[in-house]
Amino acid sequence: MLNKQHYITLVLVVLLVAVLLSLPSRTADRLKLAISGLFLPLIGLAASTHEAAAKAGDPLASRVELLRENAILRTNNQWLTFQLQQAANALRENEQLRLLLNFRRQKPSWNLLPARVFARDPETWWRSVWIDAGSRAPGMRTNLAVLTAEGLAGKVVSVGETRSRVVLLGDPSLRVAVLVGPNRLNGTLRAGSAGARENNMLDIENLFNESADRTVHPGDEVVTWGEGGVFPAGIPVGRVVDVPQKDYGVATEARVRLSANLDALENVWVMIVP
Amino acid sequence: MGYDCAMNWLNTIFILALAYAAAFLEGPFAFCRNLLGAQITLLPALMVYASLTSGIGTVALLAVCGGLLRDSPSENPLGVSILPLFLIGFIISWKRDLLLREHPFAQMALGMAAGAVFPLATLFLLFNLGQGPVLGWMWLWQWLAGTLTGGVLTPLLFMLFDRLRRAFEYPAMKQSSFREDREIKRGRQ
Repeated sequence: MLNKQHYITLVLVVLLVAVLLSLPSRTADRLKLAISGLFLPLIGLAASTHEAAAKAGDPLASRVELLRENAILRTNNQWLTFQLQQAANALRENEQLRLLLNFRRQKPSWNLLPARVFARDPETWWRSVWIDAGSRAPGMRTNLAVLTAEGLAGKVVSVGETRSRVVLLGDPSLRVAVLVGPNRLNGTLRAGSAGARENNMLDIENLFNESADRTVHPGDEVVTWGEGGVFPAGIPVGRVVDVPQKDYGVATEARVRLSANLDALENVWVMIVP
Repeated sequence: MGYDCAMNWLNTIFILALAYAAAFLEGPFAFCRNLLGAQITLLPALMVYASLTSGIGTVALLAVCGGLLRDSPSENPLGVSILPLFLIGFIISWKRDLLLREHPFAQMALGMAAGAVFPLATLFLLFNLGQGPVLGWMWLWQWLAGTLTGGVLTPLLFMLFDRLRRAFEYPAMKQSSFREDREIKRGRQ
């Protein structure tokens, strides 16, 4: 049976929900960060348990295996050092040529901040993750690109002291301006259908084509355009899988398979732009 | 009276502690998601338990705390999960005198209903707020898995809390049926 207490509680809860839903997005984001901070002790506990479990397996590794791995790493290290020297020489030469031509630097330099993904969005209809890099790391702020070794993963949307939330490609709130193929046709990467998203594919819409012979084809590479100020130009995004819709022989949409496997993210890099 | 009140508070604290742990486990531990392809949530089953065993105050507390803890690590607008959770608890609490709440089958049916209604009501609110989550066939599997696990978890929660309650409360003193005034005196007086 309903009594006075039931009615009062109902009214209070409805009022609270109305207040919370009408909060400005910035205040709501801060409140979310504060509430999710309650999980920090458990996150720390889970991380240290994971570390302890990993360390417990250390004495069991065989010496022969370690020596073999060490030899491979040494070879790789020498090869990378050689590559780095070559890159440094090329960069120096590039700077000198720029000076000679009196060119302005076109792209600002950026650094990569490593981070670990420690939680995913509990709701499956969104695509976001939490990483263990926050405002304590120098240069960390919102609207920075997040990458994996394979390509673009998403962007930072809110930053706490020790953690940040990253919205991944395929989330309805994230759209990215991209360039497609050798003809550098521009378009917008969006979430697309859920079925495609489950197979790590997204749609490109509003493809700007001049003519049928300058259109996109399956296998064309997709990279960020650099317009919009969030994602620097040239970050690999994926490859065109098929071109489902053509108007008068010209593609206006395309489906892209993402380079980064967003369902199995563990380690990412945040692109810190000064 | 004071003893009952203390036990009610203990029950509320257990419920809120479990809601906190459940909300945390849904984020970092992708075990269920990787195994079943669906994210399992304990909150609807917990709400069924709370509404059948506690007062409306505990139901409201669980809805507010559980909803905020669920929405804070998510992209959901903050507070959107509170109302669906509270409505489930409110309706069960309202009709609980008519429910066979101690019967596991009834608990299972209520858990399934709560597991089915919670995501649908949340989605209804999200679409009304102008948010457009992307849903596909996989979401249907997610919904089905949520419904089934709601049914399985609710009787298990009753068993768990029953054990907890027995561990923390004093055993009930057995009343003797002996009454001196009704004793039949035999033999010669």
